[in-house]
Amino acid sequence: MRAAWLICTKDLKARLRDRSALLIGIVVPLALAFIFNVIFSGVSGSSGVISLGVVDADHGAASQAFTQQVLPAVKSSGLITIHTEASPGQARKLAAKGTLDAVIIIPADFSARVQAGQPASMQVIGNVDAAISAEVARSITEAYAAELNRVRLSVATVVAGGGAADTQALAAQAAATATPAAVSDVSAQTKELDTKSFFAAGMAVFFLFFTVQFGVTSLLEERSEGTLARLLAAPISRASILGGKLLVSFLLGVISMAVLVVATSLLFGANWGNPLGVAVLIVAAIASAMGIMSLLATLAKNAEQAANWQSVVSVVLGLLGGTFFPVSQAPGVLSTLTFVAPQAWFLRGLGDLRGGSLGVVWVPALAMLGFAVVAGGVALFRLRRLAEI
Amino acid sequence: MDGENVLDCRGLRRSFGKIVAVDGVGFHIAPGETYGLLGPNGAGKTTTISMVAGLLERDAGEVTVAGEPMTTRSVRAKGALGYVPQDLAVYPDLSGRENLMFFARLYGMPTARARSRTDEVLGLIGLADRAGDQVKQYSGGMKRRLNIGVGLLHQPKLLVLDEPTVGVDPQSRNAILEGVERLSGAGMAVLYTTHYMEEAERLCDRIGIIDHGQLIAEGTRDELVSMVGEGDQIRLAATGDLAGAADELAARPWVRQAKALDGSIDLVVDNARNELPAILTEVTATGVLVKSVEVAEPDLEAVFLHLTGRALRD
Repeated sequence: MRAAWLICTKDLKARLRDRSALLIGIVVPLALAFIFNVIFSGVSGSSGVISLGVVDADHGAASQAFTQQVLPAVKSSGLITIHTEASPGQARKLAAKGTLDAVIIIPADFSARVQAGQPASMQVIGNVDAAISAEVARSITEAYAAELNRVRLSVATVVAGGGAADTQALAAQAAATATPAAVSDVSAQTKELDTKSFFAAGMAVFFLFFTVQFGVTSLLEERSEGTLARLLAAPISRASILGGKLLVSFLLGVISMAVLVVATSLLFGANWGNPLGVAVLIVAAIASAMGIMSLLATLAKNAEQAANWQSVVSVVLGLLGGTFFPVSQAPGVLSTLTFVAPQAWFLRGLGDLRGGSLGVVWVPALAMLGFAVVAGGVALFRLRRLAEI
Repeated sequence: MDGENVLDCRGLRRSFGKIVAVDGVGFHIAPGETYGLLGPNGAGKTTTISMVAGLLERDAGEVTVAGEPMTTRSVRAKGALGYVPQDLAVYPDLSGRENLMFFARLYGMPTARARSRTDEVLGLIGLADRAGDQVKQYSGGMKRRLNIGVGLLHQPKLLVLDEPTVGVDPQSRNAILEGVERLSGAGMAVLYTTHYMEEAERLCDRIGIIDHGQLIAEGTRDELVSMVGEGDQIRLAATGDLAGAADELAARPWVRQAKALDGSIDLVVDNARNELPAILTEVTATGVLVKSVEVAEPDLEAVFLHLTGRALRD
């Protein structure tokens, strides 16, 4: 253990001196997290609140149900501010200028057409620079339209069965009492991270796979530079040489992640969640990264080839694991495929931790440890080959 | 096996696939003795000392260092051995002092002892004034000295030097050779591999000549030279059909050995003074133009030529 620690401290000293580990492990992920944060939080406004304009040219039962029940309910979530505009033209101008993120226009004959069972529509106009806001406005109106259609179908069924005589009055009453569509904090409901926390965690775990390479691959570097022969000639066990290298990987991973957690929390306001749960997930992520990177190192002929393979695999797993985009936005098959990447389990674990108790981290942590055991087990078996001149 | 020897190795054998790199090599080294393993590139020198130093598993044979059996897992035997690899095995991002401290601690020295021993070695290798500089800022000769210094840190009973002067300028080379002479004089056993005949002649008490993985001769310099027999060595620097001229000369009864080398013909004859005029006449008759003549006693080069029919640097 003493020899392993000596080798570890020697490697850490050299790594910190050439600054490569510092750049890859801390500076680059921090910078990218900051840049992505700025770019993506700007899509729907930096405040995170959608400014929604409404033009009610109808003032009928169906439109009033929307403006007086649905929209206030949505507004109460705190995610949207409602601005009533007098005319469609004025509202369009404000949306074009960016004063409003999106506008919903209810035409004059909307309620009459609904009550008559005729096709009726509401318009949604979005600001071109606020695509997500327009999508939210569209979702609200579609939810309300779907509710109206459901009620109209119910009424039609009742009438067809002879349960009521005054169809128009029944329809008006049903429309007026339609359940308001509700919009709440989607991220809280699906246990997804907010933008700041997502990019902080995504970049941290993405670059973790590069950071841990420094320890494992240095065994190949020592072999090509001739220093491995000197270590092998020293009165120490081969296990202590391997242990020293693995310890370097682990410590670099811990240092990198710890600094990033603290820095992104203080600088960007990222919310990582329960510290104990985060620590469990970080240790599991480091173990999985070490296992996979070690396996690749044992398959390579030299340090350069190992670094190339490790970089390719890190990027592919990082993309697949949703470190650059939320997993929930991927199509079905891809969404499932993401879990072949430990990064996806790490982000899922953090998301679950935000929406649940500490116990929720065990599934993602065990999944990551599974990667560590399988890949690391094969790597350890093959690592003996690396400890030869 | 002699219990007083610092190194005893017998029947060493190692193959890489179908290639037998070392086949039945054995020798011993006494305290204070410098043993040279002389052979051309690829003869099996590095493979042999890799097995001696416990770096490489052997297929067969035994190695004992300071009475301790040596394998790749032997901790005690390795503690008695200092290894200086042919490559510059030092860390460029660390300073000279940090390199020495690291290896001193790796060899089990407590911090205070490691610090004092590091200072001693820095003085010994003449790097005390550059001790704090990163090794990547050192010249080639300084790196080479540090490389040797690491092997001396723990004051081993046996120092193994694998071609330590390859790629070294003449001044640094001489400094290295003087250093080895001092260590040997101080009682350290040295195993020195080289393909430079002059180094082996200067440093080594006994020399083993290795070729194609086998130890083909062993003894003191004089013992080895006597294998060629009484006679003189003549080197003719010449141009023309040197191989043809060498064949012509080899057919003469008073020529024991004739070999065309790069730009010269090397001969071993019974009596150079008597035979030289006839040799020059013979060579000139073949159309070869002789530029200079050098007469000397046979050396290790002649021994190797005698034993293998090839020059050391072929």
